[in-house]
Amino acid sequence: MSSPIVKLVAQRIALGILLLLAVSVLIFAGTQILPGDVAQAILGQSATPESLANLREQLGLNDPAIVRYFRWLGGVLTGDLGTAMSSGQDIATSIKGRLWNTLFLAFWAAIVAVPLAIILGLIAVRYRNGWVDKLISGLALASTSFPEFFIGYVLVFFFAVQHQWFPGISTVYDGMPLGERLQAIALPATALTLVVLAHMMRMTRAAILNVMQSAYVETAELKGLSAFAVIRKHAFPNAIAPIINVVMLNLAYLIVGVVVVEVIFVYPGMGQYLVDHVTKRDVPVVQAVGLIFAAVYISLNIVADIAAIVANPRLRHPK
Amino acid sequence: MADKHPKSGMLLDIRNLRIEATVYPPGEPPKNIVLVHDVSLTLEKGKVLGLIGESGAGKSTIGLSSMGYGRGGVRITGGEVILNGRDILKGGKEGFRKLRGREVCYVAQSAAAAFNPAHRLMDQVVEAALLHGTATRAEAERRAVALFKKLSLPNPESIGERFPHQVSGGQLQRVMTAMALCSEPDLIVFDEPTTALDVTTQIDVLAAIKDAIRDTHVAALYITHDLAVVAQVSDEIMVLRHGRLVEWGGTRQIIKEPRQEYTNALVSVHQIEHEEQKPGTTPFLAVKSITAAYGRSHIKVLKNVSVDIYPGQTLAVVGESGSGKSTLARAITGLLPPEQGTVTFDGRPLANRLAERPKEDLRQLQMIYQMADVAMNPRQTVGTIIGRPLEFYFGMRGRERDKRVAELLDKIEMGKGFVDRYPAELSGGQKQRVCIARSLAAKPKLIICDEVTSALDPLVAHGILELLLGLQKEENVAYLFITHDLATVKSIADSIAVMYRGEVVRYGAKSKVLTPPFDAYTDLLLSSVPEMEIGWLEKAIKGRRMASAGN
Repeated sequence: MSSPIVKLVAQRIALGILLLLAVSVLIFAGTQILPGDVAQAILGQSATPESLANLREQLGLNDPAIVRYFRWLGGVLTGDLGTAMSSGQDIATSIKGRLWNTLFLAFWAAIVAVPLAIILGLIAVRYRNGWVDKLISGLALASTSFPEFFIGYVLVFFFAVQHQWFPGISTVYDGMPLGERLQAIALPATALTLVVLAHMMRMTRAAILNVMQSAYVETAELKGLSAFAVIRKHAFPNAIAPIINVVMLNLAYLIVGVVVVEVIFVYPGMGQYLVDHVTKRDVPVVQAVGLIFAAVYISLNIVADIAAIVANPRLRHPK
Repeated sequence: MADKHPKSGMLLDIRNLRIEATVYPPGEPPKNIVLVHDVSLTLEKGKVLGLIGESGAGKSTIGLSSMGYGRGGVRITGGEVILNGRDILKGGKEGFRKLRGREVCYVAQSAAAAFNPAHRLMDQVVEAALLHGTATRAEAERRAVALFKKLSLPNPESIGERFPHQVSGGQLQRVMTAMALCSEPDLIVFDEPTTALDVTTQIDVLAAIKDAIRDTHVAALYITHDLAVVAQVSDEIMVLRHGRLVEWGGTRQIIKEPRQEYTNALVSVHQIEHEEQKPGTTPFLAVKSITAAYGRSHIKVLKNVSVDIYPGQTLAVVGESGSGKSTLARAITGLLPPEQGTVTFDGRPLANRLAERPKEDLRQLQMIYQMADVAMNPRQTVGTIIGRPLEFYFGMRGRERDKRVAELLDKIEMGKGFVDRYPAELSGGQKQRVCIARSLAAKPKLIICDEVTSALDPLVAHGILELLLGLQKEENVAYLFITHDLATVKSIADSIAVMYRGEVVRYGAKSKVLTPPFDAYTDLLLSSVPEMEIGWLEKAIKGRRMASAGN
């Protein structure tokens, strides 16, 4: 009975894996095209042709690119992301904590932003074209239009400098209690929420409005359902696929697009880590972070696709 | 002055109802138009009143006013709607919500669109009863199952578990009737409940609705444009036109002794005298043993179909939806290359694929569609639309082209003034005429007409059929006329092919095909066409030899 769903879902997952492999090739190729190599970077100014040749031999840089690619990929698959050149530390170990921090921040931003956006979207539809709708749309658009660093600094100015309710610098450490941790990320989470809110809200509104033209919405109105019940019970379930799609895009943004916000609040997440190592031209780190971001992006989009498939009663319950 | 003590038995009393809407014509200031002009009607408990008229007559608008509902920006601006002794227009939004789904329920034209695809049928059927607290869930479900049985739905115990897409159109229409009856209302508004169905399915649904009305003693407003249908279920009939009352009387009086000229025209529509032409010696287009399927599907939509078309004659292809009529047209035009078989044109085979056919072959076969408004580019004027084939096939330009466009407009009985109009500024009938002119502009030997009159009101359709027949005489063009409407077939065909599940089950000259003895399917098809005769429905149901494919 559920065979078409299983097949479709399996297809999406297989495609996602394929796509991720293609991205890994691109990331690897991209770093190969850059002038210079790791040996030059490590030795820097003091490089002599002999020492360079020795180091290249030692690091296996003389092997053909394809061999090095598979060596790197094999390492990634077994959890070995290589060693950072700038610090000599194991990348996997240093990323683990930071990835956790980033996911923590994204999670709390999403917990607030997604329901808020959907509820605001539902309210906007209920009072469509009235002042409530216009106010919601206007505010949401304004919050998105401001660049995130601007919002970040405004939040810091009011809530950290003037009122000192929340810290302006989001320092977190291992073993920090949850309450303190939440207080520390309150401002960056708010900034992120404001950035992604409008997109999801407007998509919810548009998707539901599209469905409101349907005959079954009229049927529901003629049963005597209240305007809000019509939207919630009859319009929303049919608008869910595009909404999930845009929610997932924004979740992906919360994880991979937080660079600026992390830098503003000096939050020890992936974004900060990436920026630090880009400035140091630390290629293995950039590769590793790039691959993780790509994986997050692709998996969230697969989740969106699968959710859209599962939300379709025609696929869930074939004839 | 309102009658405080309504006559006992009076359910609905609409007095001087006036309904208006604001329209926003492009480039002009918005203006108010009156859709319903001071219409009054009364309906007693347990009675059925048929509202009949062409599109734009205000039938649905009046029907929905009994629930205080206006589609789009429609407003009730005057009069009283007295239901169960109170004026519901004074009750406000809350009042409307309390009566909708409880005192008055609605059955829509297309149940397939009116059911929410995301919920199971049972949840939707019992929703109103639960909302208004007239039954507990268990009671409402028991009631629903009993209604499913009464409406002779298959598997009444379990059909509620299904989703709308898992049930056929005719069955959905009956489930929708069950949904309306489930809250035990006093009044049901049936809005063209069988119009979207095949004739063979319509008759079953009609009989089910009639029985259900009789057994539950619910009153009904039955809205339709088909007098023969309404004659089967109504006690009284009200004829409307342009939002005004034309005539109101008992069913027998309206169909047998109409007092108004317009009613008379509605009653006597469809009668075109068309002398059947004998087939010539050689057909110019021969379809030989065509088999076709969509995609790589194993289900053959056309199975071994062969028909011939003679110059200047009409071949009508009839059958219910899904019988392969339109697929045959697609195979002939090359839109769907057949898997087997050939199409011969003027003694030589036509390429299977559209892309491989030379321009000259394309010119010889033209098409007209059911939905004239989606078959035209809304951003092009009538002149551009009709002029396009002239440029494309004959390289006409400038004044020569304009002259020919004017001639064509003349042929379809539309004046020169229409050249600069856009499709949105035309009526349904005018749009279809423009499509006819566009196909004629190519000077084809064959025009394929795919349900060209199905979306039109009977009187307008009548005009289109007469036009097509006239043009056939003048231009000696042949028609392949696809339709599900047997009355149309009788008026215009020279030969007929009856299709059933992808096969031609009966084929020959019109007189031969329409003369008994019939095969089982042709008999079903012919006996399902509603006749303007009281008691026809019961007779027809009794005399049936097979069930329709839609059930």
